[in-house]
Amino acid sequence: MTRVFTLTIDDREATGREDETILQVARDHGITIPRLCQLDGLSNIGACRLCVVEVRGVPKLLPACTTFINEGMEVYTNSERLQKYRRTIIEMLFAEGNHICSVCVANGHCELQSMAIQLGVDHISLPYFYPKRTVDASHERYALDRNRCILCTRCVRVCAEIEGAHTWDLMARGSQTTVITDLHQPWGTSESCTSCGKCVQVCPTGALFEKGNAVGEMTKHNSFLKTLAEMRENDK
Amino acid sequence: MNTDELHELATAAKEAQTAFDHRIIVCSGTGCQSLQSEQVYESIEGELKSRGIGHRCSVVHGGCRGLCEAGPLVSVEPDHLLYQGVKTDDAPELVDSLDAAPVERLTLDVSIPFFSRQKKIVLEHNGMIDPESIESYMATGGYSTLVRILAELTPAQVIEQLTKSGLRGRGGAGYSTGLKWNTVAKAVANHRYVVCNGDEGDPGAFMDRSVMEDVPHQLIEGMLIAAYAVGADAGYLYVRAEYPLAVKRLRRAIRQAEKHGLLGHDICGTRFSFKLDIRLGAGAFVCGEETALIASIEGRRGTPRPRPPYPAAHGIWGYPTLINNVETFANIVPVLREGGEWFSTIGTERSKGTKVFALTGSVSHTGLIEVPMGITLREIVYEIGGLPPGKRFKAVQTGGPSGGCIPAEHLDIPVDYESLAQVGSFMGSGGMIVIDESACMVDVAKFFMEFCMSESCGKCIPCRVGTAEMYHLLDKITLGEATLDDLAMLEDLADVVKHSSLCGLGQGSPNPVVSTLRYFRSEYLAHIVDKTCPAGVCTIHQEVGV
Amino acid sequence: MRTKTTALPSEDKRWRIVMATMRKHGFAPDALIETLHSAQEAFGYLDDVALRYAADSLGIPISRVYGVATFYNLFTLKPQGEHTCVVCLGTACYIKGGPQILSALEQATGIKRGETTPDKQVSLVVARCLGTCGLAPACVFDGDVAGKIEPSQAVARIKEWETT
Repeated sequence: MTRVFTLTIDDREATGREDETILQVARDHGITIPRLCQLDGLSNIGACRLCVVEVRGVPKLLPACTTFINEGMEVYTNSERLQKYRRTIIEMLFAEGNHICSVCVANGHCELQSMAIQLGVDHISLPYFYPKRTVDASHERYALDRNRCILCTRCVRVCAEIEGAHTWDLMARGSQTTVITDLHQPWGTSESCTSCGKCVQVCPTGALFEKGNAVGEMTKHNSFLKTLAEMRENDK
Repeated sequence: MNTDELHELATAAKEAQTAFDHRIIVCSGTGCQSLQSEQVYESIEGELKSRGIGHRCSVVHGGCRGLCEAGPLVSVEPDHLLYQGVKTDDAPELVDSLDAAPVERLTLDVSIPFFSRQKKIVLEHNGMIDPESIESYMATGGYSTLVRILAELTPAQVIEQLTKSGLRGRGGAGYSTGLKWNTVAKAVANHRYVVCNGDEGDPGAFMDRSVMEDVPHQLIEGMLIAAYAVGADAGYLYVRAEYPLAVKRLRRAIRQAEKHGLLGHDICGTRFSFKLDIRLGAGAFVCGEETALIASIEGRRGTPRPRPPYPAAHGIWGYPTLINNVETFANIVPVLREGGEWFSTIGTERSKGTKVFALTGSVSHTGLIEVPMGITLREIVYEIGGLPPGKRFKAVQTGGPSGGCIPAEHLDIPVDYESLAQVGSFMGSGGMIVIDESACMVDVAKFFMEFCMSESCGKCIPCRVGTAEMYHLLDKITLGEATLDDLAMLEDLADVVKHSSLCGLGQGSPNPVVSTLRYFRSEYLAHIVDKTCPAGVCTIHQEVGV
Repeated sequence: MRTKTTALPSEDKRWRIVMATMRKHGFAPDALIETLHSAQEAFGYLDDVALRYAADSLGIPISRVYGVATFYNLFTLKPQGEHTCVVCLGTACYIKGGPQILSALEQATGIKRGETTPDKQVSLVVARCLGTCGLAPACVFDGDVAGKIEPSQAVARIKEWETT
């Protein structure tokens, strides 16, 4: 039998099942915790660190997306310190890649952009890296612009976990990490890709997009994911 | 195998050793091997043979004696002689001396503090057993602790002894070993794993390599006791591939133990079974982090995942997994043989036993040392190591890339987990690097940051981007191009990266910067404000015409 | 355990060693790193053929194999030189002059760390820590560890390779 716990989030009383994460329970109670790598329907990896929260009695910050609730837990999701950390993390993403919103297909529909606005990041003080990154437009219908990739791995996860093709993965490590298809070959030549387009729809930025879109035209539709994930769960 | 059989084997091995008047032991550790100790071994062997006294004197391989820089080391038993810097040409003179006076010019004085101030528990066999021979290990009582435990103690009693001993993990964080074993034992599962973390990757640390190379059986016996205590039936030794000699000897040791029925099914006639396999690392420092290590054992990219759940509850393939490092497992046999009570009398109130350090850098005696917890840093640096003539001490770095630099003013703190943390460093796995006046602390901080940046797995943003940003700022400082605003940004970033990174690598990466800023801020300011490097290490291009 | 085995990529006998490694591990996906070690040991580096063979035999997506092969420092996807010189840049070696050795070698060979000379004679590799800190600074020349070495001595060792 699943137990139900009572806890407080930002000093507000909340209840949730023991198999629910802080992120889920907070959302049920109208508290939105920022996140970029997390997406309902995909496995949670706790990588972007935007959703880290403070829990009383725990010296370390915990990612809300992978931390399950507990009886009597006291969670704080929006302290000044957390806000500062989140702004710095967003700044890091802008400094690490080449994000030029004004010429991006996802301008206005970009989760990184809206997260920056939501968190009040109005300028970037960290030095930019200006990395040399490549664009892969070899696929018939889609394209990948690595300049806009934030390595959230949603594409990798949706392709492996939902579509089952596992066309995407990461290569190298550290700041050299990049997303690849198959044997690091042009996407259009991939043997495993089913051209389903799920990766494009879950991508939070303009890194993956449908060809033929002009600036600001690439809207993402990922509502299919929740349904698919639920159906898979029910089939088990 | 039962007690009697083991006793018989051990006695036979002991008799084989005492059948000789003398036993010449040539160190075969990586340090001595790189100084041609194998050739020395062969020349001594040849000398004995040509004189036809092979029946009176044997020559064997032995493990590391610690003082690697004086290698190749050769000892003669039962005469208790230790020779240093032995060359192939020295063989005749050495053999001549067997029944005469020792070779004075090669004799290494074993009464020097480097040897006398040490206390050996982990390294109790002190290079005296042949790493490639299970009989040699048995002759010193090897595997008798395991055999006795299987016959006399319940798993709960083993854990009780361990808890009583107060042993804490030697991999760095210092978690109570007894508590960890208990957690794994209590986890509900029909299958459990025991893993030895031999991915020693701190630059400047080689304690674990030495244990794996010298006493592979002590490690395996420790893992077997652990497996029995927590109820595990399979295990892995995760060894970095950069240690080929350790891999070779562990493989051989596993085969030998299997042959004697000490690994495999129904060990020593009990219902206890344990299968042990080696898994090789492939050059990724982050795999020392336990969840990354699990990913690597499972054949995946070695990226960590958030904890909880801890491996003790959810490890390899989701099964409860006990992960301890090499030195921790090497402590198990002595602890269980002598009892938890005995172990708890050594060391300080909260840090029991001894710690092995790799003492390197600006000291006269570099090498491997084992000291009781609670000894002061001053004793280690000035007495055991000894500063080379003409050098002035500046700092001692412990804890590797997650550790810190401790200045002279704190040299009198005792070596234990809490005290080191209090002065901004970290016990770590045991690297101890002595830094003298000729080193630039900003440059040292940059060195460690470059390490963390290159070893970052790239999964979480603060570590992936933060370490690179910090590295560039440090680089700017060492080039004399930074401003005070850059310094403020560096400190801000250190705070963010320390608290928001996913794993210990990221969380610890700002420590070298934070600790050098704490004790050597003036050096940073000299680079930034005066555009000079006080140690003269950094090349700062002075602006022309200012 | 997988029973259907993938055909060897070619007649080359070295594939059998790789195959034996996989069989020893029951063709389980977690044997990937062991398999890559084995292939690299046999062929000196990992090419696309080796990666595909490992992926097919172990039943792992090819992108994951590539991801693993590029994650770990010891794996190389490019052929290495006839000789390899490893310069240790662990802490002890760094402080005792490792960087000076490296720059001397880079100057003498005209290549940077991690590269191989155009004539495929020498590869220059940097190691994190060889664990021979007592002998700092240390280098490894084709598997032989040389401790307490001067930049000029290191360069001389490389020059020896050129003449032989």
